[in-house]
Parts: sequence; structure tokens; C-alpha cells
Amino acid sequence: MKSTPVYGIMAEFDSAQALVDAAHHTHEAGYVKIDAYSPFPVEGLAEAMGFHKNRVPLVVLIGGLIGGLSGYALQYWVSAISYPINVGGKPYHSWPAFIVVTFEMTILFAGISAVFGMLALNGLPMPYHPVFNVPRFALATKDRFFLIVFSTDPKYSPNETRRFLESMSPRSISEVPS
Amino acid sequence: MDEPRQPEVLGGGAPVIEPGYTFGSVTDKISSIVLTRPTSNGWFLGFGIAFLLTMMMLFAIGYLFARGVGIWGVTIPIGWGFAIVNFVWWIGIGHAGTLISAILLLLRQSWRNSINRFAEAMTLFAVSAAGIFPLIHVGRPWLAYWLFPYPNTMRVWPQFRSPLVWDVFAVSTYATISLLFWFIGLVPDLATLRDRSTNRAAKIIYGMLALGWRGSARHWHRYETAYLLLAGLATPLVLSVHTVVSFDFAVAIVPGWHTTIFPPYFVAGAIYSGFAMVLMLAIPIRKIYGLEGFITERHLQNSAKVMLATGLIVAYGYAIEAFMGWYSGNRFDAFLLWNRLHGPYAVWYWALLACNIFVPQVLWIRKLRTSPVALFLISGVILVGMWLERFIIVVVSLQRDFVTSSWGMYYPTRWDWMTYIGTIGMFLAAMFLFVRILPMISIFEMRTLLPEAEVKE
Repeated sequence: MKSTPVYGIMAEFDSAQALVDAAHHTHEAGYVKIDAYSPFPVEGLAEAMGFHKNRVPLVVLIGGLIGGLSGYALQYWVSAISYPINVGGKPYHSWPAFIVVTFEMTILFAGISAVFGMLALNGLPMPYHPVFNVPRFALATKDRFFLIVFSTDPKYSPNETRRFLESMSPRSISEVPS
Repeated sequence: MDEPRQPEVLGGGAPVIEPGYTFGSVTDKISSIVLTRPTSNGWFLGFGIAFLLTMMMLFAIGYLFARGVGIWGVTIPIGWGFAIVNFVWWIGIGHAGTLISAILLLLRQSWRNSINRFAEAMTLFAVSAAGIFPLIHVGRPWLAYWLFPYPNTMRVWPQFRSPLVWDVFAVSTYATISLLFWFIGLVPDLATLRDRSTNRAAKIIYGMLALGWRGSARHWHRYETAYLLLAGLATPLVLSVHTVVSFDFAVAIVPGWHTTIFPPYFVAGAIYSGFAMVLMLAIPIRKIYGLEGFITERHLQNSAKVMLATGLIVAYGYAIEAFMGWYSGNRFDAFLLWNRLHGPYAVWYWALLACNIFVPQVLWIRKLRTSPVALFLISGVILVGMWLERFIIVVVSLQRDFVTSSWGMYYPTRWDWMTYIGTIGMFLAAMFLFVRILPMISIFEMRTLLPEAEVKE
């Protein structure tokens, strides 16, 4: 019966609570390659799928360190080595005066890393994604909650997985063509 | 329907969102303003006026580029004049947006969710308006990029011991981070607009801007981490920006500038004027677009309380300035105080005290804190007062310094006024475009305020 390769099976739920419960249940049942979609950040949803930690803070830390160090190094090199100017006998390496720019560069690089690091880790921008093939998925940015089991999951089987998702009484179930 | 979740925040009474809304109705209400509501004649009229004022600003700047800063009222000893007054005023206004979006997020003040989006937009446009002034004030604006450190054939570099160079870094970092913070907050809502709009061009444009956002739980997880970290970074940043602006003055030895109270007093004044601008924008917007259910009495009250508190800090700043003028025993500081109270700009100083200290005290009255009309008018008075404050700081200090022979007067010319009023027009034109093409209230953060958003493990 299969004509196009299947990306996964998607179940639609009415409430955030139902989605968290379903995600929890699915994860417990041994499915690993799953994802959940919600119109707003739902507390505990990622954790229910076994996703606890992300690497955004590390990226931000590295970005901030690079920004701060390069900001300070730039000022030191400019003021003490490349273009030393004696102003009222002040030392060329007058570190208290360099704090402000060092601070601003730290914030700048850390902030840019937070935004672009988060987007990169999320694999965005990605204009096309198979889940968009499901017409009802447009409601995922309004008031519906979706759970998907990917066909790459080792436990995935077209009929069994569908039956499993049906057992959680979703509002609808659809096959996601890839 | 259950009563909406009421977080423990100051100013109980009115809810942060009227009861009865659902995920769907919140979404429809906010996105329909952009997607289906016809553009009214009032919008065209308002935008048209703002656009004409923007054109006036461009004309004034064009003439400035042709003729030079001589067309302005700046002379020696008052070389800073309107350009710096307006720069500080606009930057200060921007600060409320970051305070609302970042600091109140960290403090878990969920009432911020319905005003943070347009307050951030306000920040962005205010910083853009502010940025114009130093650039056109440098005299040779086509060389303004010399402010940045870049390898050049002249083999010269900026002077990193100068607060003016710190300011370049502070303001450009602030503009960049504000833009990123605003955009990243918009991404999930742009996805909503992409999925809701029926117009193909709108679908494509919103779709591109939404970066393919699909609301995956993993994405939300990283998104929330990044958003929180950005808020944590923006918080010290916003405090640093006006601190550095105040260093532009405080590091100089001019009487009235050389004081250590400047940084906190500038930051408080920035938030003071920023909240006044937030209210002046929010009050008409909620009325025109029927958003009283989202921007409730609670928001007005809380903003009024913030203004009252920061206004008192500002008043304390003035009092300490006056006290130190007397207590320091420094005759130049004492003379500055006398000059403010009785000198040629005394009228402006008394007007400043009236606008910033006396009039806002009526906010102690609960009835006025919840009356949109009264708040709108008081906010206008505060904005005028804060502009006068910067005028007094810049002009009256420079006007009569240590040596009588170098005293002078400053008279702004029509070009000064045209540029200043023009930037207000530019700011308003940008706001008009913003409310027309982007969701002015964060839809996804409003959804989290609904009782159905709460999940038990």
C-alpha cells in the first residue's frame, strides 16, 4: 500500500496536558525518535521526551569569553603597542579605562552567540520540513498540540505505532509523507 | 472557565489578561489586527503626518550636510546643544523597552507579556532616532566610521580612554542586542502569521522571516534557554548604556557634570521617560485596537508606579546636586546652582522641576493611576520634563563655566527644532508601520498566561 516513503505518524491533541502525558507515555513505551510540537513553550514537555539539557549556555559562555578577551586585547594592542599616546602621563596599559569596552564586547558576542547558536542548534532556518505537509499542522502555531513518532525509530511499525498513538485518544492521526 | 492564573505581583486588582480568552481567541485577536483588519483612514492620516515630519527631518539633515553645523545654534562655549540633548533623551526612552522585556522577565513579572513586544519596538526605533544625532553632530558625518577601530592607512586608532569611544561601543551593542532580542521574540509569532495568513505574498514573507519555526519541544527548550540568557545579558547592558552616556558628562570637569551620582540618576531618568513613552503609546493603541483585555488597568497602574518610583530617584538626584553645590564649598558648583535657579535659563529649570517632580506626584492618587486620559497627559509632561533635564545639563553647565570671558548663550535655530521634531515623526512613522505589519503583542507569551497552559507532571 505504501506509495511514498513515510516520515512518521503524527497525533493531534487538544491540550498541553494531553501532549505532555502522551509524550511521557510514548517515551516510556520505548520510542526514542519522537518529537512534540506546541504553540508555546510547555513546561516539562522536552523533559517528558527525555531531552533534558541543551548546549546553548556553553555556546554563550564561549562567545562571551571570546568577545571579552578580544575586546581587551584590541584595546591593549591599540593603546600600548600600535598607537601609544601619552595623555597626562597616564600609563599606556590603563586597564580601568578598558573595562567598559571589554564589558560591552562580552555582552555583544555572548548575545550574538545566544541567538545564532540557538538557531544553529535548532537547525534553523529550515523553510521546508516534512511536518508542514500535514494540513492540520498549521494549527500547531495556534491552539493544537502534536506528537510525532519518526519512521526512523527502531520500534516504528506502521500499524503498531498507529495503534499505540490511537490508544491515547488523540483528536486525529495522520501519516506524514516525507 | 476558571479564573486566570494570578501570579503574585505588585498591584493586585485588575488581572493581567481578562478572563474568557482561549489559545485560539488570543491568537485570532492579535493576528487579525495585522492580517484581516482593514487599514483605517486614521492609520493613513497618522502615518502620513509622521511621514511628512520624517521628510522634514531628512530635509533639515540634507541642508545640514550641505552647509555644516553652522546652521545650528551650537557655538563655543556651548558646542553640544540640541544634538546631545536629543541623543540622551531618545536613548533614555529606549531603556524602558529593555527593562520591560529583560528585567521584568528575570523578575517573573508576567504582566510584561502583553507590553514587551511593542516596548521593544519602541526601544529599537528610539535608539535609531538617538543614533542619528551623534552622527550628524560630528561635523563631517561621511567620516563617522572613524569612530570604530578598523585598520586604516592613516595608522591611527580610537582613543580607548575616552568615554565618547565607550559610548560608541555601548550604543552599538545596545542597538544590536535590542534588535536580536526583538527579532528572536518575534519568530514564533511570525510562524503563527505564516500559518494564519491567506494572502500568498504575506505567507511567503512571514514564512521567510519565521525561519521555518515549527514549535518543536526541543526547539522551545533551546529557545527558552537562549531567551533567558539574552535577558540576563540585556539587563546589565541596559544599565551600562545610560551609565556610559552619563560618563560622557561625568568624566569631564565642567561644574554640574563632574559628579558621581550621574550614572544611577541617568539610569533612573531613562526608565522614567521610557515608561512615560510606553504609556503614551499603549494608551491610544489599546483603545484604537480594542486591546483593553490584554493591556489592562493593571498594566497602566504598574507602569505608573514605576514612573513614580523612578521619578523619586530623579528628584533625589536633583536634591543631591543642589546639596553638593552648597556642601562642597566649591564656588563654581555653588554658582552653577545659582545660575540654574536665577540665570538666563531659570525658566527652563523651574519648568523642569515642575514637570519631573511636582506634577508626577499626583500619581500617588489611585484614581489617576488607573485613568488612561490622566496617565497620558502626565506621561506627556514627564517626557517634556526629561527633555528639559537634558537641556539643563548640557546647556546650563557649558554656558557659564570657570572663566567669565568664556561665558555665552545658546539659542536653538529652526534647523535644530526641525531635526528634533523630525525624529519624533520618524519614530512615530516606524511605530505606525510596526503595528500594521507585525503582531504588537507577543502571541505565544500571551498563550502562556492562560490557565490552560499550566501542566501538571
